[in-house]
Amino acid sequence: MGEKILMKGNEAVAEAAIRAGCRHYFAYPITPQNELVEYMAKRMPKVNGTFLQAESELAAINMVLGAAACGVRAMTSSSSPGISLKQEGISYIAACRLPAVIVNVTRGGPGLGNIAPMMCDYFQATRGGGHGDYYTPVLCPSTVQEFADHAPLAFEIAERYLTPVLILADGLLGQMMEPVEFPEKTPVPKDQSDWCVGPWEGKRTSHHVINSLFIVPEDLEEKTRILFEVYEEIKKNEIRYETYNMESNPSLVVAAAGTAARVTKSAIDELKAEGIEVGLVRPITLWPFPSEAVAKAASGAKKMLVIELNMGQMVEDIRLAVSGACPVEFAGKAGGVVFTPEDIAALIKEKM
Amino acid sequence: MKVVAKRPEALTDVRLTYCPGCLHGVAHRIIAESVDELGIKERTIGIAPVGCAVFAYRFFACDMVQVPHGRAPAVATGMRRARPGAIVFTYQGDGDLAAIGTAETVHSANRNENISVFFINNAVYGMTGGQMAPTTLPGMRATTSPYGRDVSDTGFPMRVCEMLATLEMPNYIERVSLLSPKEIVKAKKAVKKALKYTMEGRGFSFVEMISTCPTNWGLDPVSSREWARENMLPVFPPGLFKDRSAGAKPGAEKE
Repeated sequence: MGEKILMKGNEAVAEAAIRAGCRHYFAYPITPQNELVEYMAKRMPKVNGTFLQAESELAAINMVLGAAACGVRAMTSSSSPGISLKQEGISYIAACRLPAVIVNVTRGGPGLGNIAPMMCDYFQATRGGGHGDYYTPVLCPSTVQEFADHAPLAFEIAERYLTPVLILADGLLGQMMEPVEFPEKTPVPKDQSDWCVGPWEGKRTSHHVINSLFIVPEDLEEKTRILFEVYEEIKKNEIRYETYNMESNPSLVVAAAGTAARVTKSAIDELKAEGIEVGLVRPITLWPFPSEAVAKAASGAKKMLVIELNMGQMVEDIRLAVSGACPVEFAGKAGGVVFTPEDIAALIKEKM
Repeated sequence: MKVVAKRPEALTDVRLTYCPGCLHGVAHRIIAESVDELGIKERTIGIAPVGCAVFAYRFFACDMVQVPHGRAPAVATGMRRARPGAIVFTYQGDGDLAAIGTAETVHSANRNENISVFFINNAVYGMTGGQMAPTTLPGMRATTSPYGRDVSDTGFPMRVCEMLATLEMPNYIERVSLLSPKEIVKAKKAVKKALKYTMEGRGFSFVEMISTCPTNWGLDPVSSREWARENMLPVFPPGLFKDRSAGAKPGAEKE
């Protein structure tokens, strides 16, 4: 690891992507992720990379599709309404099995909502998001350091499984400044020459086709079967989560991700000082979801409390994972209003 | 035995699935012949649209990518930024290029992206069954303009070459037609010139080809060409609109 640099989350993830070998970035401005676009505009020309401000989110994601089809590390970023526009392209990228990284620094919604850090795109992120039968791996950081670490990880997962990978951070992480260390090594690029398009001049015997149209139902069925075999591999290898204070055998376990989890940790520390033991399970990959880890955390608990910066989205995955082993309660805040540690400590005491 | 005619190397041996009398096959052939003559098959990436030509990915023997409706110029932008040595062309119909993909068309032209855009204009949505296109003629019947296109309600047909020619940056814009052997020869010259400009890195090349749709127009192949000559060419006059590499000034220049 190198020296610690004080950076905004939006800048840190941009720098981390460049250090991870990303040289093609296409995006359209939207708050609260503009620092990411602007950082790329400044840095990409210095590393002989491509920064291009697209005419729309639709164009940006399709530029990513084009670059990814050529086998280079390509990325785009946006915030909630912009990610909705990108979903068409993400569906095609998933269907064509192209590696790409998409960062969503979420804001309040639905509609234009606001620019506060609401985490209300959980359903969209974890259920494919666009049309069709597919998923995208989703990484959900809770610190600026983790946001930065997720950039190389996202490219690794994208290239290993040939899939778009989403980093889902909220506006708070995008805007907040924290010290960040960047890893020295970049992920080794995978050789994509067996499928990608681009000048081949004698290096292969035939042309390559990248396509998501399969008119014959049995052909599309077969393509989908292969896609879901890949998803099984991703579930086997890429589930990530963190537990906190679970060694205290707490009777109440909180499940929270991203910023909500971070605030919960502070609350857990406060309660510990008062002699109250509370555990936390924090999904880092929202898809694939750490269902087993959640079930394990629930098995010794009297109650599970799900805390989200929305009106209750992840709670559905928690209930599926817990599967009735203990009661699951929910507490959420909408509109981009964020819980304080004191709010959460009080909530926990009330629920115990 | 001497070979006097053969399938271009840049086409696969897959049988074309276009309707009888459709001119997509002609457009495919002149692009493929040009690719062969320029010796760029192994450097070329073609982009298939959504529409009748969606199956172009099966017909061309260069690298092919099939992309979302209207987004071909954005995909091409990503490709040519990732692989500056690639010759990237898009192949798009009127609905794809001039309705859902208008923004991508205009902005890629404005950036003077080093790509060739081949635009097949037959005044109708073919694949979906003959709906009104942005280029449907005034009074022309389509399944979604069953009483004829009423320009007071749905606007006048869009002249894309003329629109793009108002932009400062695009390198080459020409409209040709595919209605007779003589016109096809001329169209091929334009196609080849576009690809050559892309090879030379001169920027955005745009060739509109006036075509037909016998199936959705309800005409036989011969009369559909006559109909296009009488009705389409006056609204979409062939001509060179821009050729910055050759020093031509903006604005339609009738020959």
